[in-house]
Amino acid sequence: MSTTAIQPVPFGRRLKRFMADRPLIPLIILLVILVVVLQILRPGIVNERWLANTIKFAIPLAILAGCQTMTMLTGGIDLSVGTVATMSAFIMATQVVNHDPAVAILIALVPAVLIGLVNGIGVGVFRVHPLIMTLGTSLIGTGCLQVYQRTVIASGAKIPPFLAWLGTGLTYGVPNALLLFVPIAVLIVLTLNRTGFGRLLYAVGDNEGAARLSGVRYWQVITALYVISSVLAGITGLLYIGLIKAPSLSLAEPLVLPSVAAAVIGGTSIFGGRGGYTGTIIGALILTVLTTLLTILQMPEGARRILFGLIVLFVTAAYLRIIEDR
Amino acid sequence: MTRLVRRQGWVAGLLVLFVVLLVITRLIQPGYGSGDFGSLVRAVLPYAFAVAAQTIVVIGGGIDLSVGAMMALTSVTAASMMDGASEEYALFVVPFVLAMGLVLGAVNGMLIVVTRVPDIVVTLATLFVLQGAALLVLGAPGGAVAEWLRATIVGTVPIPGLPEISAWIPKALVLLVVCLCIIWIPLKRSKLGLSIYAIGSSELAAFRSGVPVARTKIIAYALSGLFAAMGGLALTMSTGIGAPIPGPYLLASVAAVVLGGVALGGGKGGLLGPIVAVFVLRLVRTDLTLLAIDPNVTAIIEGAIMVAVVMFGAFITMRGRQ
Repeated sequence: MSTTAIQPVPFGRRLKRFMADRPLIPLIILLVILVVVLQILRPGIVNERWLANTIKFAIPLAILAGCQTMTMLTGGIDLSVGTVATMSAFIMATQVVNHDPAVAILIALVPAVLIGLVNGIGVGVFRVHPLIMTLGTSLIGTGCLQVYQRTVIASGAKIPPFLAWLGTGLTYGVPNALLLFVPIAVLIVLTLNRTGFGRLLYAVGDNEGAARLSGVRYWQVITALYVISSVLAGITGLLYIGLIKAPSLSLAEPLVLPSVAAAVIGGTSIFGGRGGYTGTIIGALILTVLTTLLTILQMPEGARRILFGLIVLFVTAAYLRIIEDR
Repeated sequence: MTRLVRRQGWVAGLLVLFVVLLVITRLIQPGYGSGDFGSLVRAVLPYAFAVAAQTIVVIGGGIDLSVGAMMALTSVTAASMMDGASEEYALFVVPFVLAMGLVLGAVNGMLIVVTRVPDIVVTLATLFVLQGAALLVLGAPGGAVAEWLRATIVGTVPIPGLPEISAWIPKALVLLVVCLCIIWIPLKRSKLGLSIYAIGSSELAAFRSGVPVARTKIIAYALSGLFAAMGGLALTMSTGIGAPIPGPYLLASVAAVVLGGVALGGGKGGLLGPIVAVFVLRLVRTDLTLLAIDPNVTAIIEGAIMVAVVMFGAFITMRGRQ
């Protein structure tokens, strides 16, 4: 970047480079702009309670977007996160009637691990495109959940108080969900930046052939990755049910598209090898604020989906332009 | 030459599999007759069009994730336009919806060509957009369909003097064959069809031999959109309403394409294989239902079969590349 000081570079090009080098700054600016617009549309809406609420709703989205970030780094995607989160939430809520909460949570995470394993083997060993593989397992998972629902229809469901506390509670105005989220976020960031596994993810996504030739065991990395992603989705489901408090068979489905969009906005390349989790977190915040804004403007659900689709397309295209420019 | 033999062999094998499944169906349910075959064809109809839409794009080396959403959008558009309108108005609705599919498909292709973003990402984005548009057109399942349109897929084609045979030729089958042939046969014989195969097997080689890659790609996606619009219409015709939530057509179409002998890498295969494959997949479902298996379990088995087929196809593709 030292050359920019010596040679005059067109402002547009410089801006592009700046954005490519520090993707966080434009994201934060965008977030601030959205909050300001919100404040202008509804003066006084931005206060402590609104902030706590926004964070509460952004956290499940941010964790699911973390799943997308990690899988996207290898050039993949995980569309089964919605189903996995729904499954673990529903199974936990129905099992907790007969079992201790800790046991119920363990039972609830079993299908998450299984789906992650199948995804990983399908993508890593059989080389199915991740999108199709995870879509398929999510269809199967939904089918299994429907069969399961009939076996527990009589027993009813409840939500353990501590999950409700974690999901909705505030301590001194700070959402309790941060207790779960901060360690997870730190763990993901450290894994991606400081551990060998994280480097392998970037390596596989950047140049799979080169990674293989340098001795990366592709299928093991991918299998581990999809299992981790699935388990994270399962944990999100448990947190989300504490927030929503109504178990249903489509609980977390509405979070799938935004989770992809959040990771893409956050600067993670859908082609792999580039991106990080901090951008994704801000992406999740941006989407949550955007959703509030759209709700205030009384935009229907359909318009919201269209907007998410356009965001994914526009950001990816812009990203490609920036890469080609260098 | 050997590839041609192998490909035809694959389709023939699928046909044999279909006949074997029909025999099994008769064994499970001795009363399975022409009427049940008619309802099988009606159930296959939207799937078959979805498969045709997917096939043409996959042969061209791409993939269209927006097939299901496109069908949902065209289906709700048709259903809401015909709701409360006169019977003759449908004469206008059908070409309008087909044109809409063609244009939206072309937009898909143009976005891929102009932005240079890979097919899978662009069609994922348009999947979101089309789904949202479908929800805007019709918030909940509803709408109506003209009676004569419904009648075009119900019943059989009468052949004078041969009631035995005509009972086994449902109108839906004739409609399917006519719609597919009208587009596919001229395409396959034209330069354009050859160009689609060419860009599918190697885009760079095709470009260097003077194939207009961008135009061919846009046309392939436009035709895919047209087939998807036919699928949407078929969906409205068979259910009588439009539903804004896409069915499981995406995965089903990819599975049938793979099972039908079209390589996911592109450039290989034809339309007949995937169409026979989708009949096989639906007949398996019928058999499971006839065996009195819980419909939800049937959905799981069906999903597992489709995933297994796609895994198998990916495995074969990988072997082929090595």
